[in-house]
Order: sequence, then structure tokens, then C-alpha cells
Amino acid sequence: MSYRNDPYDPKQVALLDQAALDEAVTAAEKAFADAGDLDALASIKHLHLGDRAPVSLARREIGALPPHAKSDAGKRVNAARTAVSAAFDARHAQLVADRERRVLLEETVDVTLPTTRRPRGARHPLTTVMERISDLFVGMGYEVAEGPEVELDWYNFDALNISKDHPARSMMDTFYVDPAERELVLRTHTSPVQARTMLTRKPPIYIVCPGRVYRTDELDATHTPVFHQVEGLVVDKGITMAHLKGTIDHFAKTMLGEDVRTRWRPSYFPFTEPSAEFDVWFPQHRDGPRWVEWGGCGMVNPRVLVACGIDPDEYSGFAFGIGIERALQFRHGAADMRDMVEGDVRFSRAFGMEV
Amino acid sequence: MRVPLSWLREYVDLPADLDTDALEKAFVRVGLEVEEIQDLRETVTGPLVVGRVSSIEELTGFKKPIRYCLVDVGNAEPQGIVCGARNFAEGDLVVVSLPGAVLPGGFEIAARSTYGHVSNGMICSARELGLGDDHSGIIVLPPDTDAAPGVDARPVVGLDEVVVELAITPDRGYCLSMRGVARELSHSLGVAYRDPAAAVLPLTSEEPGYPIKVEDPAGCDRFTAVAVRGTDPIAESPAWMKRRLTLAGIRSISLPVDITNYLMLELGQPMHAFDLGRISGELVVRRARPGERLTTLDGADRKLDPEDLVIADATGVISLAAVMGGANTEVSVGTVDLLFEAAHWDPVTVARTARRHKLPSEASKRFERGVDPQLTPVAIARAAALLTEYGGGTVDERVTDVYAVAPPAPIAMPADLPARTAGVDYPGERVVELLTEVGCAVERDDDRLLVTPPTWRPDLTDPADLAEEVIRLDGYDKVPTELPVAPPGRGLTATQRRRRTVGRTLAEAGYVETVNYPFVGQETLDALGIPADDPRRQAVRLRNPISEEEPELRTTLLPPLLATLRRNIGRGHRDVALYEIAMVFHPTSAQGTPPSMGVDRRPDDEDLVRANAFVPDQPWHVAAVLAGEIEPAGWWGGGRAGDWSDAIEAARLVVAAAGHTAEVRAAAYAPWHPGRGAEILVDGTVVGHAGELHPQACAALDLPRRTAAMEINLDAVPLPGVTDAPPISGFPPALIDVALVVDRATPAASVESALVDGAGELLEGVRLFDVYTGEQLGSGRKSLAYKLTFRAPDRTLTVEEAVAARDAAVALAAERVGATLRGA
Repeated sequence: MSYRNDPYDPKQVALLDQAALDEAVTAAEKAFADAGDLDALASIKHLHLGDRAPVSLARREIGALPPHAKSDAGKRVNAARTAVSAAFDARHAQLVADRERRVLLEETVDVTLPTTRRPRGARHPLTTVMERISDLFVGMGYEVAEGPEVELDWYNFDALNISKDHPARSMMDTFYVDPAERELVLRTHTSPVQARTMLTRKPPIYIVCPGRVYRTDELDATHTPVFHQVEGLVVDKGITMAHLKGTIDHFAKTMLGEDVRTRWRPSYFPFTEPSAEFDVWFPQHRDGPRWVEWGGCGMVNPRVLVACGIDPDEYSGFAFGIGIERALQFRHGAADMRDMVEGDVRFSRAFGMEV
Repeated sequence: MRVPLSWLREYVDLPADLDTDALEKAFVRVGLEVEEIQDLRETVTGPLVVGRVSSIEELTGFKKPIRYCLVDVGNAEPQGIVCGARNFAEGDLVVVSLPGAVLPGGFEIAARSTYGHVSNGMICSARELGLGDDHSGIIVLPPDTDAAPGVDARPVVGLDEVVVELAITPDRGYCLSMRGVARELSHSLGVAYRDPAAAVLPLTSEEPGYPIKVEDPAGCDRFTAVAVRGTDPIAESPAWMKRRLTLAGIRSISLPVDITNYLMLELGQPMHAFDLGRISGELVVRRARPGERLTTLDGADRKLDPEDLVIADATGVISLAAVMGGANTEVSVGTVDLLFEAAHWDPVTVARTARRHKLPSEASKRFERGVDPQLTPVAIARAAALLTEYGGGTVDERVTDVYAVAPPAPIAMPADLPARTAGVDYPGERVVELLTEVGCAVERDDDRLLVTPPTWRPDLTDPADLAEEVIRLDGYDKVPTELPVAPPGRGLTATQRRRRTVGRTLAEAGYVETVNYPFVGQETLDALGIPADDPRRQAVRLRNPISEEEPELRTTLLPPLLATLRRNIGRGHRDVALYEIAMVFHPTSAQGTPPSMGVDRRPDDEDLVRANAFVPDQPWHVAAVLAGEIEPAGWWGGGRAGDWSDAIEAARLVVAAAGHTAEVRAAAYAPWHPGRGAEILVDGTVVGHAGELHPQACAALDLPRRTAAMEINLDAVPLPGVTDAPPISGFPPALIDVALVVDRATPAASVESALVDGAGELLEGVRLFDVYTGEQLGSGRKSLAYKLTFRAPDRTLTVEEAVAARDAAVALAAERVGATLRGA
């Protein structure tokens, strides 16, 4: 019972009794903890934090207190309300987290299911090997030169010091274009690109020529009438065989690994003098470490320089060439040449986008 | 070139302990490529002995005649052996493999019962021992064979031998002989060499022998001949000669022929033996006359070309010089008197004749590559001596030697050329020493060398050739390594980069790259329904195609690519998408023949231009084909079959990768479906086609229905310019949907371009999101629903502004294609 003008006696205001406040807090905490889900929690919120909740009613009583008592009562009521509110928030956060967890659990899928709605394609390893070699040389400052596949006899042979009756001509197994008087062939090597480049550019020349070449072999496991080469040509002042050797060593190591070695065998090509074939010691060969024949090279024959309008007293050069199919055969263990030309999707797919 | 090592050892002091590995290295070091080293000692294991046939019992009553022989193999009792061959008699020496022996191919010899007898071994043929192809009878050893029954037969038949098979490069004609190979090996190993040609006194005489006239000294600068008369016509070649010929891969024929072949192998000088009784009158060396014919040794009747060099007698042509002799003057079984000929012929003429008559012979191979012109009297002397030694007879004292050989021209070479070429500092003395070792005569004048090559090295004509000899003999392994520094490059060209981007784009879109042969035939174009007058019918044709059905080069990538598609389907791949980037070939209209351009200097620019006019146009194309599902069925739902739209999308991807936006226009163009094919345009120019293939083309090529394809001429797509960066507005867009009803035949592309043009600058994007046809629209109508996105660079658009722009777009569509707003 209270009377407006009564002296303040907190003990007389039951709602502001500390024990009552503590009890309200305890009751709220228990009720919140007992709420099993967010709905239950929401449905009891007003009982402990609503207008008719004990802490709210207690706050209303404060106004009636004498001024000296207001401060103390306000502090205690606020503390109680804060505690109830905190209990609610904590329980709410916990229930939200529980719900999240449940939803995520329900949403769980088998992430190992196949995801290939759109099958991947692939590039042919002949293309990607040629690009890789080109890039290697482009990185060294070379440029990539290209030329026609149906080529004038003069570029394919004469300009390269292979005269009409040279024995090397019949060794090349050439495809000839009809009629004969047009003097066209399917290029037997990428070397005519060298001649075309020398005729149109002034030294210094540093180029690589990747491309398709043709010889009249029947297709079998080790031969194909259409195959690919990459040739390199350097014409500059003071170029020596040491430069050629250094270039081929660098090329082999970059393509095949630091532990490869190269070996030269004297050989013969009409367009180079001296000429050599080179082998690489390939430790990763599928049949065990061994020497593998890889390409031919040599110092550009001065006769070729003369035919292309370059003064051999001022400039010298080197050239080298490798077979791309051959590189695929030993670098990637592609044993059968037919697999490279038949276009079975399984072959290219195995290589993907890069080699 | 097959080289028996024991033969080589006669001319070069090979180390006794030279193993196969070291031998191979020795050859390779000087540039002789080793194809195979055959150690014949390993071909037969177990007892292989000489036997003497003591008695022969003919067994009858079997399907074929069979002999039961008693053979003395050095034991107390003769060995009983059953044999099917008949080319031997009692008393002959034969080769017997006894039980326990293993012949080539793992053939194990054991005692066995056959034809009612126990056969204790086998009498062997050459083929059974891996000594050649001769299986016409068993080996009968010559009566003078120095071997008693029971001794090891391997040394007797040459199975104690190592034979090296060499690949000789075309510049090394002299290495097509033991003489040349031995010389190279002596350089390689640094051991003594004995020239077999130097060991013989050349035959000469004051007075000429058989009358010979050389009318064409340019074609034949030396012709040497001597007659040998009264030889024993049935004299056999000695066993050692037969053995060496067999090992070198040449069949023994008769003593005179064997001698010429033997000397060709020994010295490198091809020779011929005429039957003196079958030639008449003076021999004339000349070019063939129009209409002349000759039946050569191989029995072929040949029409001669006026450029062919021939040897003729009073009756006409008797030999196709340097290539093959004639059949009617050949030495034969009854020849008693004969004429040995050795000559030196012009390499170019020989090469042309051999090629013209498709007759590459052992002789032509050597003459083409160059033969030592000083060998002819040596070879003649050796031949006459060998023949009289083994066949008796008398050598004519008079030798004919018609001689017009020019001595080798000296070559001036700066002494430091090898050093400058190799990057190795060879002292001048070393250069002289090495060139002298090769056989050159070297005069040194300070920094300059005057080098006269030996007569057997016609390949040494330029200073660079001499530099190579020095570097090669000093060793390529002595050349150091150094990396040259290139001047700064410009990287890949725009077209090269573009080709890569296009390839990668298609691969990422699901297409697999293939690399196909460019060979095609008109039949495939027929199957594709390409009209007779279509430019794609004009193809570059090959004179010597791999297959007569495919003699032409592709003008479109589709025929080979579709063949590969079919091959994949045939291998069980149902859903296949392929692409190829490659050249196609279009003949030029240039007529006649390109200007003849020399090689002694740079051709004139004008000639180069005229010559290049003959080179076919060879643009880079890209093509893609697809059959089956482009998107597979899976746990996510059903699959989607690829169709015309995928092919067009592939074309759009390619053009986009090439830096442009493709325009697509309906077009009827073979081999596409007339209603489902499109032409692809860039800046108003047709660059390719795409769509579903014509059903008849699919049927004719045995491809699945609805196979789709696209092909674009990449070279026709211009390189893109520099792209201007677009302003990116941060203001919100206004989105408005419109559904337009148009005639069903109106291309969506026309409607869209009208919308774009009509909407003005505020339009940021337009997207067709639905196509609807239905009764309520009326027949022959369709509704196209577009989402238009408007945005201003500097403000938020008002509804009124957006609607006004939309109305302008619709108005232009109405004007251009008669579009009406659906529901309006």
C-alpha cells in the first residue's frame, strides 16, 4: 500500500524489491531457455519484455518514488531489464544459428556428382607443341614466320641449293602439282619459308617457322604423308656453330628438362654446310633413358645466302629443324603416328588445352 | 650400304678389340649413319659344322622327292639326315646343323623320325642360316673349301662376321665403297689406311685396244676397256668373293658379273662386262637418237630419250650408259671372250636417265653422287687379273682409254674460315693437316689456302665444304656452346595471335581439334551437293597423289573434317564436336610457266612477283562440325541435341574471338539445309557459312541427320582496330519489356536492328527472351519478346524518358518490318 505523500520506503513497493527483480530475471532466463524454437521464443517474449512484464511494471513504479530513491531504483530496474533482454538476444541468436545449421544440413548435396553439363573440347597436341616451341623462341626475341604449303619449286629446292638433278631431290619424295609446267610442289620442309624471309627482310634475322609439310609416304605407325616441322633460322654478323649449339641446347633443355643432353652427328643437307643431325639424351623416355634422334641443323650454306641476296662475306647464319610428330612420340609416348592424324577425340582430349 | 667388317679390315687397321658400340661411335663421328650392326656370330647357336655327303638314298613314294643322306661330320659313324633339296651330289661339302643347334627365328634342331628314317640334323640353305634369301637349294661349298668335315662351319659361310649397314648421305658418293668407308674410318679412329686403288698398277698401253669413240665427252669424260679372251665359261667365282657379295647383299651370278659387282663394292667404280662375241664394230658413246629402243638386262623394252647417254655398236644401242646394260650383249653362260668397261659419266645426265626410266641402279646411284674418274684403269686391271686368275684366258695387251677428265679445280679459302664458321680457334697448321688427311693438296700463302681436292671428292667445291671437312674431322664435340642474343622482337603477329584465340575459344566451347589430310576428290563435293560451277570445284590437283580417289587439295575444310566426324561416330562416339584450323587451296589463273630464276644472285623483284603469281591462294579457314548431343543428359535432367543454332553460335564465337561481331543472314548454300543455313558476315562481307547440313548431304556421307557445320575464312575477317573503352554509367537502368508481332518470315535480326536503331543512345542492351507462335496471333505471325535496357550516362532516367525511347524503338520496328505491339 502506498500513499502519494508517504515517505519513501522501497520495502513497501514490492515490484521494486530486489528479490522480485532477481526473480523476474531468473524466470525470464528459464523461460527463454525452455523455448525450443524461434516461434516459441517469440510467443513468450512479451511475458518478460512486454509492457506487462515484471520489469516493465517495475519501471513504471519508479516515477512514484521520492527523488532521492529514483536513481537507485532506476539503476536496479535497468540492470534487470538489460539482463532479461540479453538473455533473450542470446537465446534468439542461438536458435537462429540452430536453424541455419539445420537448413544447411538439409541443403547438403553430393558434391562429387559429375558437373560436366557442357563437355570440354581440346586442342590438338601438334598445335600446342608448335605453339610452345614458338613461344620459347619468341621469348628469346625471334619472330614466327609462315609461308604457303603449295610452294614454287624454286623456293622449296633451287633457292636451298637443291638443283633439279640433285640426288637429294629424289630423296624428298615430293608431291607435284598438276600441270608440271607451273613448277609447284607441296613443300617437303618448312625451309622455303627461310628463303622467303631472307628475300623480304634484311639481317639480322631471327625466326622460327612452324608448319605442315608433305612427303609421299604411306601412312603407317611411323610415317605419315602430312607432318609438321618447326625450323629456326638466324642470319647475323659473326654467327658460328657455337651459337647454333648453344641455341639447340637451350631449346632442348627448355622443352625436355634440364637433365637432357645433346649430341651431334655430322650429316648432310644441301642448304647447310657444315650439317649435323642432333640427338637428345632423354632420361624420361618411356622405354628408359636413351639417345633420341631429334632434328637436323647446320650453318646456312653461303650459296643459299647468295640466292637470297645476302652477302655471305658480311653475314653468316644457322638453321635447324625438328619434327613435331617425333617430339610427340618421345616426349609424350605417342607410339602410333596414326593416332595423331585420325582425329579420334580421345587423342586430343587427353592433352587438353596445353602441353 | 652393307659393309662386312673383315673386308674393311683389309684396308684399315681397326683395333682387334673394337666392340660394336665403339664401332658405331667411330662411324657416327665422321658422319656415316649406322642403321644396323649385325653380329652374325649370334645368328646360329649350337653345333653348325662342315659335312661331306658320303651317300644318297632316293626315297620314293612320297609327295615330293626326298633324300636320305649319310653325311660325314667328323665322327666315327656318318650322320643320317633326311633332306628335301636336290642340288647336291655324293662327295659334296655341305653345312650341317646338328641336334642342339638353334637357327634364326628360334628354330631348334633335334633328332626326329621322318619319312621312315631318323634324321639327325639338317643340311642348311643360305636362307635357313640368315645369310640371304636363297632357298633354291642347300649350300654346296666350293670343292676347294679349306675345311674338313666336322669343323665349325661359321667361318666357312661367313657367320663369323660383323656386317654394318650404313646410310650414306648424297654428298658422300665415295662412301658407297669399301675404299671410301675404310678411309673415313681411318680418319675417325686415327689408324693406318691402305688405298686398294693404289695397290694396283693401272692397265695402260700405247696403242688402243677395242675401237671406241666418245662422241659426247661432256657426258662421258673417260671410257676405259680391255678385252679378255679364252676364259673358262663355266668357271665359278671363288668362295671368298661369293661370301663377300652375299654379305653385302648382292647375289652371285657368274664369275665375270661377280667380278664387276665385287669391284664396284671394293673401289666404288661401276663396271660392265660385254660378251665380245655379241658386239660388232666400233663402240660409240653418244646420246640416243629419236625413236631408238633398248631391251635392258631386266628384260624391259625401253624407249630412249635423246638426252640419254648410250653405248652403241654397229647394230645400234647396246647399253643405257651408267644405268643398265642391254640384254643382247650381256655376258652369259657360254661367254668365252669378253670386254670389261669402266667409264666416268656426267652425274646430271645419269640422274635424269635413271629418273626418266624409273631405273635407280647400284651403278646410277654411284655415278649420280660422283665417282673418282681416276679409277677406270685401276678397275679394269683388277677385273682382268681376277678373271684370268679364276677363269683363265688372256688379257689383251692393248687397253682403250679415252680420256678428257679435267683435273679438280683448286679452291681458295681464307685460312680462318673454319674457325669463323665453328667458333673454334683452329691454328693454321691444324687446318692444313686435316685437309691433307682428307686427301687434299694444300698450298699455304699466309692467310690464304689454295686447296685442291682429291679426285674422289667431287663434292668438295666451295670453301664452306672445306671448312666442314676441318670441323668434322676435328670433331663436332669440340665446338663450344654460346647463346646468340637476338635483337628485340615484335612477338606474334595479330593474325597468329588471333588463330590461337579462335582455336582456344572453340576448344573451350566443347569442340575437339583435329588435324586432317587436305586430300580430297570431286566425289565428296558431289556428295555434299556442291554445284558443278561452284568455285570450290576449282582445285589444285596433284600429279602423284597418295590415292587416285583423292587427287586434289581441299578448297573447303569440310570434306576431311566430316570424314573424321564419321570415323569418330564409327568408333562408338555418339556425341562429337570437332574443329580444324588450316589452309585451303585455290588455284591461280596464272598460265604458262614461272620465270626461270637462277641461284647465283638474288632474283629480280619483278621475277619474284611474277613467280609468286603462280602460287595458289592459301587462306586460313576454320571449320567446326557437330553431331549428336551438344549437352549430355545427366542427373540434372535431359540432354540437348546439337542443331543449326550451335553451328551458328560457333561461327559467332569465332568472329567474336577474331575481334568482330558477326551478322547472320539466311542463305541457301550447299552443303547446308536451304532453310537452316546462314551466311556469316563481318562489316557487310560474307566470311563464311553455318547451320544444319542438307539432309541429302548427311545421307550421302553416311552422317547422322541434323549434323551441323560452320566454316569461316579467317583471312577474310579484317583485323580489328583499337577498341575504344566504353563509358560505364553508375546510374540505375530502366528495364522495359516489349512483345512485337511480326510476319513469321521476318528475321529476328531485322527486328532487333530496327529496335536498336530506333531506341537511340539511351539503349544499353536488347535481349530476345521469347519467341511465340499461336492461333491467337493469327497464322503466319510470330511474337518476339524483348527486354530493353535503357541507361543514361549522367542521370537517373525518368519513366517518361525510358518510355519515349521504347516508343521510338517500336515505331521504327513498325516502319521497317511492320511490327505491332502485342496486345496493342
